[in-house]
Formats: sequence, structure tokens, C-alpha cells
Amino acid sequence: MLDAKIPQEVPLDNKWTYYKGHCKLVNPANKRRLEVIVVGTGLAGASAAAALGELGYQVKAFCFQDSPRRAHSIAAQGGINAAKNYQNDGDSVFRLFYDTIKGGDYRAREANVHRLAEVSTNIIDQCVAQGVPFAREYGGLLSNRSFGGTQVQRTFYAAGQTGQQLLIGAYQAMERQVALGNVKMYSRHEMLDVVMIDGKARGIICRNLVTGKLERFFGHAVLLCTGGYGNVFYLSTNAMGCNVTAIWKAHKKGAWFGNPCFTQIHPTCIPVTGDHQSKLTLMSESLRNDGRIWVPKKQGDNRKPNEIPEEERDYYLERRYPAFGNLVPRDVASRAAKERCDAGYGVGTSKQAVYLDYADAIKRYGKIEAGKQAMENADEATIILLGKEVVKEKYGNLFDMYEKITGENPYEVPMRIYPAVHYTMGGLWVDYELMTTVPGLYCLGEANFSDHGANRLGASALMQGLADGYFVIPYTMGNYMSAEIRTKAISTDHPAFEETEKAVADRINQLMNIKGKQTVESFHKRLGKIMWNKCGMARNAEGLKQAISEIQQLKKDFWSDLRIPGEINEMNPELDKAGRVADFIELGELMCMDALQRNESCGGHFREESQTPEGEADRKDDEFAYVSSWEFKGENQWELHKEELKFEVAKPSKRSYK
Amino acid sequence: MTPLGGTGGFMEHKNINVKLKVWKQKNSQTAGRFETYEAKNISTEMSFLEMFDVLNEELISDGKEPITFDHDCREGICGTCSMYINGRPHGPWHATTTCQLHMRAFNDGETIVVEPWRANAFPVIKDLMVDRTAFERIIQAGGFISVNTGNAVDANAIPVDKDKADASFAAAACIGCGACVAACKNSSAMLFVSAKVTHLALLPQGEPERRTRALNMVAQMDKEGFGGCTNTGACEAVCPKEISIDNIARLNKEYLAAGLLSEK
Ligand SMILES: Cc1cc2nc3c(=O)[nH]c(=O)nc-3n(C[C@H](O)[C@H](O)[C@H](O)COP(=O)(O)OP(=O)(O)OC[C@H]3O[C@@H](n4cnc5c(N)ncnc54)[C@H](O)[C@@H]3O)c2cc1C
Ligand code: SF4
Ligand code: FES
Repeated sequence: MLDAKIPQEVPLDNKWTYYKGHCKLVNPANKRRLEVIVVGTGLAGASAAAALGELGYQVKAFCFQDSPRRAHSIAAQGGINAAKNYQNDGDSVFRLFYDTIKGGDYRAREANVHRLAEVSTNIIDQCVAQGVPFAREYGGLLSNRSFGGTQVQRTFYAAGQTGQQLLIGAYQAMERQVALGNVKMYSRHEMLDVVMIDGKARGIICRNLVTGKLERFFGHAVLLCTGGYGNVFYLSTNAMGCNVTAIWKAHKKGAWFGNPCFTQIHPTCIPVTGDHQSKLTLMSESLRNDGRIWVPKKQGDNRKPNEIPEEERDYYLERRYPAFGNLVPRDVASRAAKERCDAGYGVGTSKQAVYLDYADAIKRYGKIEAGKQAMENADEATIILLGKEVVKEKYGNLFDMYEKITGENPYEVPMRIYPAVHYTMGGLWVDYELMTTVPGLYCLGEANFSDHGANRLGASALMQGLADGYFVIPYTMGNYMSAEIRTKAISTDHPAFEETEKAVADRINQLMNIKGKQTVESFHKRLGKIMWNKCGMARNAEGLKQAISEIQQLKKDFWSDLRIPGEINEMNPELDKAGRVADFIELGELMCMDALQRNESCGGHFREESQTPEGEADRKDDEFAYVSSWEFKGENQWELHKEELKFEVAKPSKRSYK
Repeated sequence: MTPLGGTGGFMEHKNINVKLKVWKQKNSQTAGRFETYEAKNISTEMSFLEMFDVLNEELISDGKEPITFDHDCREGICGTCSMYINGRPHGPWHATTTCQLHMRAFNDGETIVVEPWRANAFPVIKDLMVDRTAFERIIQAGGFISVNTGNAVDANAIPVDKDKADASFAAAACIGCGACVAACKNSSAMLFVSAKVTHLALLPQGEPERRTRALNMVAQMDKEGFGGCTNTGACEAVCPKEISIDNIARLNKEYLAAGLLSEK
């Protein structure tokens, strides 16, 4: 049975306080003898490494980039939520908790989400103390903006670079611990396996990406903070290096995988231009505050957007969802765009795009501005000029980015956008203490499954990463480590290290010795197409079954016809990529199995068999109110375990945005 | 140069052929040399790095060695990409990283020369990839505020003047790419160091460690083998995040003040 170890003694709003008051502690002298491995130094890993280093643990931290400051957390644009209620607009811990549970379509664990909402306020305090330069008002106090799925202004931000500033804060806190000797940082190191001794996680095997050599590291506990796996779709808003390898290896060593198919597809990204496309760029959700989304009313209309008269445009979100209009949640907006394009109304050369139009906003702001400047009879041209200035101030950096990528000027012609894979709610199953099903192995940040259910609200991933690292793991790890104080550091000559290293080396050799004809990229692209077409925005049983057999075939082809240039013992990015793609292929199969098993629609997971007559998602609480946790049983084999979700405080209701 | 020069909103896309002269170097121990490649049928919609992807796919299929280069986010924010293109770090576009540069910046038939960052403090790892860990050690020397987790007061307890907060943010926008070093004839890291010192010095939270921070970071910069600053401004001109050279003046002031005060 899956026990999430949620404190049962007290009601929801007291659980975390109760836990902190009763968990076991480790005294400072003992902490100095305990070693912790932190794999990944994004927001979750860097904050954990810093906080644990400050407590006195001996930390070893790892990342595959050349510097911890480059983890993909750096790319987050919009902001970070916290229940500070600085705007006096009715926010509270309870509301943040409730919005997150509802936004997740009732597929997240209440106790975890409530804790997240509680510590959200500490995060902002901590970041400001570290010197994170959040946006401020003229009075010198912090500024807030609103974000999708909520009615309060609780999002803190630093222009369009919130993730960067938060990560730099955590990075600097960690570098300070490096200078103090509490943290040792290993950059350009990729974890390739977990070392298990007597049923506990006791270390890792890494490949030094510069020399190509395998290295062994011991830890009394191991923390995986390795981010999301959206790149299983090949194209996503993730960085090129984002991968599933670390948690996949852990999965194969006994850590169960929670809700693998729950993927967030973000509605506003720059569309694909051709086969050369290597990644997709997000255009911040904030653009939907002012932009209007439309397609032509006529199928296959090839006119330029500005030549299509107003009455021949279909503002389909405003039409379908009059109450929320262009501001419906991400999953709803994405599916609606796909529906129009599939029906033949898409725009641009690929026809896989819709327009995001600022012409009205420019006029609206222009008129307001003319009014402010007392220009009563301003002509159309002046109004547009003034409006463009306002839009530039609000969204200038995003418009510039769009222009750099597409070569089109969004002040003149509507932007073309299309949904893209953005975030994975699924990840390793963890209990309330963030421990996986492997003793001593923890998982933090996007890499775990907790907190966001079937759909994540904007600005809450940064919050979760920092909550896990700064404020949760320093407490929950003590409960495990207090029993480890007598465990001496284990030598990496131990047979378990030797065997695990050998298995890793064998696999690398096997990859190098295929000596086939096809490149890693070509396999990755093939996998991405299968996943996007059959396990993407809409899924059905037949497609998923086909996908599973196609992926199994792809796996055979991969292991018999892959070509990797170069050598093992050198910097070899193609070899790094090959290992990651091999893991993505296996993960893809599990995602399809999970999607097939969950015959309901919830959040980002839309099963075509489970929809209302109007084409809206139909969630089935009586059958599927559980977390799917998959145990690896051998090649192509998994066993499903269910963690029942009980909603004692936030009672499930239907999400409607009509 | 701007990405879009007077095209009335729309850009016509086409395919071009370019010739590439690329620095190849097996590792830090061996000498490097230029190697010539042809990239054919390149869509002007491709990014510069996508052009390298296409070329690498061809090289691998032909049984040749692909070109190694550093990259990750491909959105201009992580600071990983680092190519010296036609004599300029990050190539011809103003305030743009290599990964955001697109092929419409080049003409059909053009020869493009691509080299790694060149500085003693940034040894080449392979081809176009260099080791920038010297920047890490500079941050370790003082690029932080010493506050342990859990010690913070309420975030709104200390108001910060908006102009100062904005200026601090502008300096904090540095992505640590190292283009400033690559552009400088002295390989100085002053723009990078000054951006960090400014970010923290302008905030009340950074005040207590202001003096030691400037001294220690500059000392570490010297130790790493970066050169001195002679104010040529090449760094500012190539910085993809438009970090201002005024920060260097501020760093100099901070440094002088700290030096005077430490002679008690
Ligand atoms: C474009 C974009 C915009 C976003 N905007 C927002 C936003 O506005 N607000 C919000 O809340 N969220 C946003 N998100 C989501 C959020 O940024 C991420 O979910 C979050 O930052 C993930 O943090 P992390 O620490 O879990 O992982 P990451 O930051 O991805 O860090 C992963 C770390 O693991 C390391 N790693 C991975 N595999 C290995 C391995 N095998 N061995 C060694 N090291 C490894 C990497 O080197 C890296 O250090 C955005 C995401 C994207 C892609
Ligand atoms: S100052 Fe500019 S050029 Fe130098 S590292 Fe920072 S962002 Fe790069
Ligand atoms: S790859 Fe991240 S800035 Fe260029």
C-alpha cells in the first residue's frame, strides 16, 4: 500500500506545524558527518544545497551544464506566487491552496498543497533578503501582477526574468556555501545511476562530461532535483539539455513514477517553422491579458491577416467561453487552438497557428493615452502611435523576442502562436517528506509529481521548487538522517559501487558499438512525433495503443541502427544525447500506458472518449480520484499502484469557464 | 544592426548557402586550426545554432566529426552559448546572444568565421566550447549576501527606492556569458564583476558587505588571470544584455572607497 505519511493527528491547516514540531532532529556535530548528494542545481536543487549546507551537512551538488546558474529555471519569465496579500485583495493561504487544488483539477494531494501555500510567504522574504531585485512600486514596496486561473494579484516578478533572478539568488547562496566548504560543486557531470546498498540509496555514478570518465560519489541520502521531462516530445519550451535520465534510472532502481502522462501544453508559443526546428519559445501568458486570439471564418483562407475584414474573423475563445474569453486556463486555450487548426482554419504557411492580435489593444491604450494627454481630437494615426508606446512599455521585450525569431513585426501584424509542450506535472512519486519509494532517495521540484495535480497554474512551479528546497527538505530529511548518525561514510570501493559503475560502462559501450546509420536526433524527432500526435493535447485508446507499439519498434531500431561519432573518453555531446534519448523512449511508452489507463479527462489530460456533448473535458471522480504510481517490473512491464486522493477541505467541483 | 530593417512587418524567407570557417580543437592540450565547411540550402528562418545542427547531422551521416559547441536554453537567457562570429562575440546583431541570432542576418554565398571565446582564463575544452568556471570562483569570493535560510524579515519591511531597485535589476540581468571578456583586448572581466557588485551594492540588503565584496571579487578576478580594464568599451558594445559600462565606474568607486577604509 502507498502510504504518503501525511500527519493524521491534526486537521489540514495544522499538519505542517505539527510535523515540524514532531519530526526528528539531527544535532550540529552529527550533521557535519552526514553527506548529502544533490543532483541538479536549478531552483529546487540550488536552494536545497544552500539550505542543507547552511545547516552543516556535507553536500555534493551536480549539474550537467557548465555552471549551476544555467539550469532551466533561468528561463521562467512570468513570476512566482505567494499568499502575501500585500494588495489587500482577499488573498490568503487558504485561497492559494484552494486555487492550486482546483487548478490541478482535483488530482493533487491536499496536505502537500496546503504546505506549499503556507511556506510561499517565507520564500518571498528569503529571496528579498538575498537581494533578488523584484519589481517595486514608487513607494518602494513590492509590486504584484495577476496571472491565469486566479482572481487576486499574488504574483511577484522581476520584469520578464523572474526565474533568472530567483535562480541567481539561490545560486549565490549556494556559491557562498561552496566558499565556506560546506558544498562541493560538480559541474558538467551527468548522473547515470543510483547506487543501492542494503535497500537504501547510498550514492550515484556520474559521467564527467569533459573527460568522459565515470566517477563514484557516496551520500547518506540522495536528492534528485533534475527538472522536467517535456523534451520527450522533442519540441518543447524546455532547454536542449533537459532530460529524464536521472529520475528514470532511479525509477528502474525502485522509485515509482507518479502520473507520468500529465503534461502541460502552453497555448502561446511561437509556431514551428520547419523540420530544422530545435526547440519552441514561449510567449508569456501575460500576453493573453491584452491580445485577442482569432482565426479566419473561412477554411484555408490565404489572405494576409490585415486583409481579412473584422466580420470574417472568428474570435473563437470569446465565442466559446464568454465568461473568461481569452483568459481561459492553459489547457482549455490549447485544446481550442488545436480544434480550429485540425478543422482547417489554421493560419501561416504551416496552417498550424492562430493569430494573437494586438491591434485592438493598441487602439484602446492609444485612446486612454490621448485622453490623459488631453488630446481631444487625436487622429487615428496618433492614437495608434501612442498605443504602441504603451504596449511597448508593457510587453516590449516579448515583442522584440518574437521579431528576432520570426522576422515579423508584431506591432504591425498579428503574432502567430500555437500550443507547445511546457511542463510535466508527472514525476517520481514522493510522500509528504518528498521521499520516493526508495529509502534515502528524495525528489524535489519539477522532477517529482506532487502539488500540481493534472494541471499547473502559472507562477507556481518556481514557488514549488523553492518551497521544496529552502523550507521542506531541511526538515523532512532530518527524520531519515537522525537514524543514520551511526552510519560511517561508505567507501566507493564497496562492491555495490563497482557493480553499478560496471553496468553504466557496459551500457555506454553498447551504445557506442551499435555503429549503425541513423543519428540520435533522427530517433528523438521520431519519438517526438509519435508522442505529440498520439499522447499530446488529445488522446484516445486506439491512438495510444498504436503509439505503444510504434515506440517499441522505435526502441528496436534505436538499439540496432544508432550512430554515435567520436570516443567515450572525451567530451562527446552526441553520446550524452544518445543516453538521454534511450531513456526518453522508455519513458514515452510508460506515458502512453498511463494515458491509456486513465480513461477520463482531467486538466491537461484529455481523453476524447471522455468529453461532454459540447466537447469539454469530463472528469470522472468516482473512478479516477487517485494518483497513478507505476512500479517498474522489467522491460515493457509496469505495475500500477493507486494512492487514493481524499478531499476533506476543497470539495471537488466541475471546472467551467463558460 | 536590427533584426528587421524596413520590411513593413513581414519578412520574406528564402534558402541560402554559406561557407563556414570553424575553429576545431580536440581538447585543451592540443593545438587547434580552422576547418572549412559548406552549409547548403539553409532556410533564413533557422537560428544560427539550428544551422549548426543541420550541418552536424550531415557530418555525422557522412561519418565525420561534428562540431562541439555550448548551448542550452536557446532563448537568450542561460548564457551558455558562446560563439565568436565574424570577429564579434555573439555575432552581428545588437543585444542578441548567439542562440537568438537568425540566418537572415547573412547573405547567400557569405563566408562566416566562427571561433571560441579567446582568453587565458577561459581555456578551450573542445572546438567552440570553453571553460568559464573562473566566473564561479569570482562569485564565491563575494558575489552574494550572507543570509541563511529562515533568517529573513518580512519582504516589505525594507522599502527600496524604485529607481535603485530598477538599476539593481538592470545590472542583475547579466547572464554570465563571458562575451565581455572575449571582446576585450585585455581579456578583462570588469563588466561582469561590476554588474554583480552594482546589483548588490544598490540594495540595502547588500550594504553590510559592500566593501569586502568589491575588494574580494576584484582580487579573485586578478588571480584568475583576467586582464585590467583600460576603458575601451568593447565589452558594453557586445554585451547581449546591454550591461552599461557605467557599472565599471561604480565598481572603481566602490573599490577605492573600500581600499581607503581598510587602511585603518
Ligand atoms: C520557458 C519557461 C518559462 C517558465 N515560466 C515559469 C513562470 O513564470 N513561473 C513558474 O512558476 N514556472 C515557470 N516555468 C516552470 C519552471 O521554470 C520550472 O518548472 C522550474 O524552474 C523547474 O525547476 P527545477 O529546479 O525543478 O529544475 P531545473 O531548473 O530544470 O533544474 C534541473 C537541474 O538538474 C540538472 N540535471 C538534470 N539531469 C541531470 C543529470 N542526469 N545529472 C546531473 N544533473 C542533472 C540540471 O543540470 C539542472 O541543474 C517555466 C518553464 C519554462 C520552460
Ligand atoms: S556583462 Fe554582458 S557580456 Fe559580460 S557576462 Fe554579463 S551578460 Fe555576458
Ligand atoms: S543557449 Fe542560452 S543564452 Fe544562448
